[in-house]
Amino acid sequence: MPEGYFGQYATIGIFALAGMTLVGATLQLAKLVRPNVPTVQKYTTYESGIDPIGRGWAQSNVRYYIFALLFVIFDVEAVFLFPWAIIFESLGTQAFIEMIIFIGILALALLYAIKKGVLEWLS
Amino acid sequence: MPFVPPEIRLAGIAPEMALVVSAFVVLIAGTFARSRVNRVYLPALATIGFGASIYFAVSVWGENELQLSDMIALDGFATFCKISLAVFGLLTVWLGSDYLTRDGIEEPEFYGLVLLAVAGMMLMASAADLIVIFLALETFSIALYVLVGYRRRSIEGQESAMKYFLLGAFSSSFFLLGIALAYGAVGSTNLYGNSENPGLAQFLSESASEATGVLVLATGFLVVGLGFKIAAVPFHMWTPDAYQGAPSPITGFMAAGSKLAGFAALLRLFDASLFALRWEWRPLLIGIAVATMIAGSVLAVVQEDIKRMLAYSSIAHAGFVLTGVIATNDRGISGSLFYLATYGIAVLGGFAVVSILGGKDEHRVRLVDYKGAFYEHPALAGALTLFLLSLAGVPVTSGFVGKLVVFGAAIEAGYSWVVVIGMLTSAIAAFFYLRVLVVMYMQEPDESRPPIPVGRAASTVVALTAVATIILGLFWSPLIGAAEDATFFFVGG
Repeated sequence: MPEGYFGQYATIGIFALAGMTLVGATLQLAKLVRPNVPTVQKYTTYESGIDPIGRGWAQSNVRYYIFALLFVIFDVEAVFLFPWAIIFESLGTQAFIEMIIFIGILALALLYAIKKGVLEWLS
Repeated sequence: MPFVPPEIRLAGIAPEMALVVSAFVVLIAGTFARSRVNRVYLPALATIGFGASIYFAVSVWGENELQLSDMIALDGFATFCKISLAVFGLLTVWLGSDYLTRDGIEEPEFYGLVLLAVAGMMLMASAADLIVIFLALETFSIALYVLVGYRRRSIEGQESAMKYFLLGAFSSSFFLLGIALAYGAVGSTNLYGNSENPGLAQFLSESASEATGVLVLATGFLVVGLGFKIAAVPFHMWTPDAYQGAPSPITGFMAAGSKLAGFAALLRLFDASLFALRWEWRPLLIGIAVATMIAGSVLAVVQEDIKRMLAYSSIAHAGFVLTGVIATNDRGISGSLFYLATYGIAVLGGFAVVSILGGKDEHRVRLVDYKGAFYEHPALAGALTLFLLSLAGVPVTSGFVGKLVVFGAAIEAGYSWVVVIGMLTSAIAAFFYLRVLVVMYMQEPDESRPPIPVGRAASTVVALTAVATIILGLFWSPLIGAAEDATFFFVGG
């Protein structure tokens, strides 16, 4: 085992090199032994499946994703509200104001979302 | 048991709060107002937000303490970064307002996201806890993912946003794993810590060196996460694609702000918090710095697209700043800050010219499109010349002084061979900067092209950055002095 600061890293380097050589040698060996029969079918997307139709560029409806995002906003709000409500009495006014600010920010986000029209279901 | 609420003092994050509030105002006002109103008032609202932010940052200059349960460092280093970031954001907003009007894609979200991104970058500069660094990283990254894909109708823009997002999420997970390992090793995610609440620096000053094996592993993962943000080799693959597809004002903003934020966290994490571990991480960062300088400069030579060329040049610049980081002395830290501030101004100016000369929808961004640009737009071509010379590090520009200080710091620390590589790669880099100048001055324009509209705000940005580049190249001592005063919060020693 090599000594010194860089020697310790050299051990890792030798290990990595040995690993890569092993994999590379196995692949090369397989290439020498195996038969080589190139056919067109092998280059299709699904070799033994259905032929792909159309182009890879397609649009999908992102509406559910926006609903999920809005749901997360209120999910997180609830996560923070429950522990806050349990010890609310011992916290005093400071905690009350903080929670009002927090809910206010979320309400702003909802206002923004409504104004953007993401809650209207247009088909 | 009575609950004792933690002491809350907001001076440390007041600049961020100003930006977040003005982002809310911009988003709500922009959504309610009619679309014509957007053009005039939203950039003005954002400007007020940045102004307030700079005011709050300047007013705490000289303070030195930890706030919000030791999560936020209020020190000169953070303040210097915050003022620079606010200036970058302001220039981006002005430039963006003209860009969006020209391409007919103005939306309040652009300004809101730039404001939020700058807030995240500022938080990164003052974060004194790994979790806060991660939070800040995600805040500005998510804003930037959207901004990179802002040109929704452009396939290039969508491609670059997708690449940036996927690779960014990948690198964030590395960073998170690094935090987990650091927590496992130290029992805390705080960068400093004290006797009651252990932190990274406290842990390293107390424990014997053999107990730090896991922390070394964590350091490696943290380097991956931050190396991605500063676009250092081998984590640079996203840079050319993201820079090419993003709107030019945003490209400049990423090159200036994202890099400064990443380096701010890197400097605080390594040169302050993990300083005692420097013999372990320094070889790693030296390797990255050398690879970054060489790969960035050499690959830029073969680029035919000016935005891609500037992207590779920004990779090379990350390598130059890293030589200041590995110096781990005071000159290295202040030099890196000076370098990042002046580089940010020059690169924002450069991308401002690129965004103006690109024309509608940025169709003219190849090198051949710059043929004879000097004869069509002498002022813009002259400004671009200045910015490119500054990036190349020619004397009388701010880039020269920046290179001088970071290389000087590295020599002082005994890494002359790294500086020699830096000098050689600067010489290579000068080639591709000068190539643009040759194309602009010595070749005739191909055919008569329709004139390019030049907005007032955009030309103001070009003028301001050009003047700043010259002034900082001649009278650099005030800014270097400020960078030298911008020290870290330090515990123990």
